[in-house]
Amino acid sequence: RRHDKIDEDFYEELEEILLQADVGVAATSRLIDAVRADVKKKKIGNPEDVRLLLRERMEELLGENAPLQFATAPPTVILVVGVNGVGKTTTIGKLAYRLRQEGRRVLLAAADTFRAAAIEQLEVWRERAGADIVKHQPGSDSAAVVYDALQAARKRGVDVVIIDTAGRLHTKTNLMEELRKIKRVVSREIPGAPHEVLLVVDAATGQNALRQAELFGEATDVTGIVLTKLDGTAKGGVVLAIREERGIPVKLIGTGERPEDLKVFDGKEFVAALFAEEGEE
Amino acid sequence: MLFQGLAEKLQETFKKLRGKGKLTENDLKAALREVRLALLEADVNLAVVKNFIGRVWERSLGAEVLESLTPAQQIIKIVKEELTALMGDTRSGINFSATGPTTILLVGLQGGGKTTTAGKLALYYKKQGKRPLLVGADVYRPAAIKQLEVLAGQIDVPFFSLGADASPVEIARRAVEHAQRQSQDLILVDTAGRLHIDEELMAELRSMKEAVEPQEVILVVDAMTGQDAVNVARAFQEELGLTGVILTKLDGDTRGGAALSVKSVTGCPIKFVGTGEKLDTLQPFYPDRMAARILGM
Ligand SMILES: Nc1nc2c(ncn2[C@@H]2O[C@H](COP(=O)(O)OP(=O)(O)OP(=O)(O)O)[C@@H](O)[C@H]2O)c(=O)[nH]1
Ligand SMILES: Nc1nc2c(ncn2[C@@H]2O[C@H](COP(=O)(O)OP(=O)(O)OP(=O)(O)O)[C@@H](O)[C@H]2O)c(=O)[nH]1
Ligand SMILES: [K+]
Ligand SMILES: [Mg+2]
Ligand SMILES: [Mg+2]
Repeated sequence: RRHDKIDEDFYEELEEILLQADVGVAATSRLIDAVRADVKKKKIGNPEDVRLLLRERMEELLGENAPLQFATAPPTVILVVGVNGVGKTTTIGKLAYRLRQEGRRVLLAAADTFRAAAIEQLEVWRERAGADIVKHQPGSDSAAVVYDALQAARKRGVDVVIIDTAGRLHTKTNLMEELRKIKRVVSREIPGAPHEVLLVVDAATGQNALRQAELFGEATDVTGIVLTKLDGTAKGGVVLAIREERGIPVKLIGTGERPEDLKVFDGKEFVAALFAEEGEE
Repeated sequence: MLFQGLAEKLQETFKKLRGKGKLTENDLKAALREVRLALLEADVNLAVVKNFIGRVWERSLGAEVLESLTPAQQIIKIVKEELTALMGDTRSGINFSATGPTTILLVGLQGGGKTTTAGKLALYYKKQGKRPLLVGADVYRPAAIKQLEVLAGQIDVPFFSLGADASPVEIARRAVEHAQRQSQDLILVDTAGRLHIDEELMAELRSMKEAVEPQEVILVVDAMTGQDAVNVARAFQEELGLTGVILTKLDGDTRGGAALSVKSVTGCPIKFVGTGEKLDTLQPFYPDRMAARILGM
């Protein structure tokens, strides 16, 4: 739709674009209110300029690209967490592949000892990526897997250890406690580690992702978000609300199921895709 | 509980209305604005919300609710009816074939919970005296066939696959023959997760459907899904024809908007909900009871 006036209809349309992208009611009204104030202050008269203003505000909110942090002395330890089925194991496979392409030695810790065939799934990805793996029997203690993986990493001169954890809902306190324990083992064995705690969020998730960020954040000090499944029609707008409320940056995005389908997050592109009409882009 | 936030907000809104006695059009407008926000915060799809609010508004004016002696009660009644209509009236179970084995195809996006739900359905109906066969037809996801085989072992249900080099259509076809030979009467086919916009893989599902003529094609939807749930549900419905929906991951604090959105775009009932990772966590869904609970009735 084209608008030649900045009226309530126009603001409503902007608001609906954000709501439909899962930005959420609260973050959407804050963004729109801020834009309204700008329009008044700067005496803007052209709807297209308002649109640009909103996009700029969203880009600003998302911030500059936040690169992955690496340890000054290896191994770097990356802990990957999130609710069930969001794409943790697949992301780890893709990330391992990427790091291997950059010439780093990568070791995967199969700390999801719970889900059926989770270890076998990670094995397949290990092969695709050309990484090492440390695994135990299904049902064994996940912190023990992590411990062994860190010992092996030191012994073998590995550059990056990536820990795959079982999916868990953030409301399950006993399972969140298990994550805390894993993190304690990591920090104790390797000072300064984990260097990254990546929360994987499915782009199709609604406002529940805010609670995920809050509770996984409390348990493990999440340092970045990986937004997966952006190759579908979901926009993943809830990361704006997460950034606003919790300050956690998006670091990587998943755009498919192949090893190469992992990209560095780009706020400008993300916002452009959020505003793209169906079939465009 | 599912819809907890929504239930609290709606009940608060209606309490205010009740306290008012006589209502004006503006009171109604203000109340509906609160209902709209509550629904959006619960992740109900924007288009569904607009429709819903529009209907409640028109019905409230049309029925001369405002002139009545108990306007608030009547508005709540309308909201309850519309909420129930959104979710479907009564419980719908699986349609079993009267003559031969019953085949169920489980479909949906990646990671929604299809494989786990296949295991849950097998256990649920095994307990009711059926003889289920679990069929691994996801040849794409790493170790997907193994995953289902492990689950089948956990609940002592027979498992069938031809491995990741076979075609999913062939696996499904041969599974039906296998079930007939072994007199298994419930065939649960686990398919690979796929995007609703992936034409090739959607065509593959159509071929599977043609090959085995299932009694049920069930869309498995993650209850934490936001606005996109309707796009997905609509596409699967149009491309494939669905008979039902199963919502998963209701054991968390999901707002559950998808539950209110998918029925209205597919016309298909929500048949079960999943409330855990373990295989004994599948529950029948009662839409009318859910609507009553949301409104605290
Ligand atoms: N289209 C698409 N699918 C993805 C993407 N990332 C992961 N997937 C798929 O999503 C499904 C779930 O991925 P997993 O990596 O097993 O997810 P997980 O978080 O490890 O799951 P649990 O360990 O069971 O909690 C698989 O079918 C993946 O292939 C993505 O970026 N795009
Ligand atoms: N908490 C909880 N987890 C569930 C539920 N249903 C499934 N899961 C978990 O969600 C994750 C994904 O489940 P799968 O059954 O592998 O999903 P899928 O749809 O088969 O995934 P793809 O085959 O990759 O498309 C697993 O970790 C399951 O244990 C549920 O009702 N509650
Ligand atoms: K999901
Ligand atoms: Mg996993
Ligand atoms: Mg599966």
